[in-house]
Amino acid sequence: MIEYENVTKYYKTNVGLEDVSVRIENGDFVFLVGPSGAGKSTFIKLMLKELDADSGIIRFGDMEVGKLSNREVPMLRRGIGIVFQDFRLLPKKTAFENVAFAMEIVHCTRRSIKRQVPQVLSLVGIEDKGDKYPDELSAGEQQRVAIARAIVNNPAVLIADEPTGNLDPDTAWGIMRLLERINNRGTTVVMVTHAKDIVDRMNKRVIAIENGKIIRDDVGSYGYDHGLYSLGEKGALGNYGD
Amino acid sequence: MGTSFVCVLREGFKQIGRNKGMSIASVFSITAMLLILGIFFAFIVNVNVAMEAAKQDYDTVQIYLLDTTDTLMAEEMVSDLNDMPEVVEAVYIPKETALEAWKAQWGDSGYLLDSLSENPLPNAIEVNVADLEGADVVVEKAKTFSGVEDILYYKATVEKLISITSSVQIATLIMMLFLVIVSIVVVSNTIKLTVQARSREIEIMKYVGATNWFIRGPFLVGGMLIGLISAGISCGIVALIYQKVVELVGSDLLLIIGIPMVPAPFLSWNLAAIFVALGVAIGASGSIVSMRRYLDT
Repeated sequence: MIEYENVTKYYKTNVGLEDVSVRIENGDFVFLVGPSGAGKSTFIKLMLKELDADSGIIRFGDMEVGKLSNREVPMLRRGIGIVFQDFRLLPKKTAFENVAFAMEIVHCTRRSIKRQVPQVLSLVGIEDKGDKYPDELSAGEQQRVAIARAIVNNPAVLIADEPTGNLDPDTAWGIMRLLERINNRGTTVVMVTHAKDIVDRMNKRVIAIENGKIIRDDVGSYGYDHGLYSLGEKGALGNYGD
Repeated sequence: MGTSFVCVLREGFKQIGRNKGMSIASVFSITAMLLILGIFFAFIVNVNVAMEAAKQDYDTVQIYLLDTTDTLMAEEMVSDLNDMPEVVEAVYIPKETALEAWKAQWGDSGYLLDSLSENPLPNAIEVNVADLEGADVVVEKAKTFSGVEDILYYKATVEKLISITSSVQIATLIMMLFLVIVSIVVVSNTIKLTVQARSREIEIMKYVGATNWFIRGPFLVGGMLIGLISAGISCGIVALIYQKVVELVGSDLLLIIGIPMVPAPFLSWNLAAIFVALGVAIGASGSIVSMRRYLDT
């Protein structure tokens, strides 16, 4: 369970988030949409305690994120898996090693690494690519390795920051089906995206942020016509459809 | 436990290997720093020993008598001095006894003194006093005696020695401080280069939930290894130099002056302990300094 209660974050003069309250239940699949600079990244960074909120409370499970000490932050992050648009794999490690790396960091035994990594690679559909280096894999395969790395430690939440941004539509769909499968196993998925067609077709809960505020939170479509962002223009606000 | 220690050590060597040039440069600069430090350390230790030797004479006042003063007059002075509350003990030392003592001090070279046609030493009274103030009173008293040639005591010498040693010590400390800071900067720059090369890895580690100490570990060990290697090299060099100096100077000259030199093995072991501690501390703080920016979460 992730809960934001009246969370506000300012950057000097700019608004990051303003009085945001939202609750994401365990097992939810949530799209986080909105124009660039709307506050999506701030939302994510606050959850990871990369940033501290100016006011308000963020709860992650039974942890109150703002009150965690620096020493407790790693424990918070072990409960959250992250996937980025640019994959962020280590180029000098094989797919297997990239995934194993995440397990080594949390002090897993070599035996459990040998057992679990192939399982996860097979879950993401690249069980035969374990010994390949990132530059020998396609973009979609690289993203699958990144997803495997993110979920190998069984986090409660998977955050995907524009995971399909660098992928062609077919590959992107493969990734979406994978995320859905991971969600069906019980992992909460929060996906930041600009891909209107994906959001529309998935028909999941959509949280739209603009100028640091949640302007819409319901199940359904992307909410912007033609996949364009309003960038704060008044004319576009009428198109949210609620 | 055993395997993880080996693992950490291997990581540390890998860390150094990633940046051989800068690692060697760091080892050189820390070694140079420790060398300077070691030479000063050896010097100061010996000055301190000399000081201690001198302090033995600190509480002694020597009264040299004219040859015209006979034993009877001397004995009278001795009993007068022994009556004073400041005096622990006053002893009359005839010139023959003094010469024997001198010969004994020269040891094997003592035969040189046999060629003296007549004893050049005066008869003397040696007065042991309880403290420095007592020495002053005894000196005043001795001045009233007739038949006294000279009164000798080491107060001024010892005080001068103390002030010299303490200023040498302070100078060394200041120099050390600067050298330590320079070494930390050099090490931290070396580590910074490897940290930068691995910043992506560190970022991922942070996202996956690695603790700061887990991330720091290999870099820390790398830095400490650099310090340890430098400590080993510099300690070896200083010990060798010191050994040679003791061999050249120690046996003859210093025996005659009457001040012993600190034996080489004793000094080397103490030096090794100090160097290892200092080298490791420099390496560790250098790597922690260099990683601070990357771990600010």
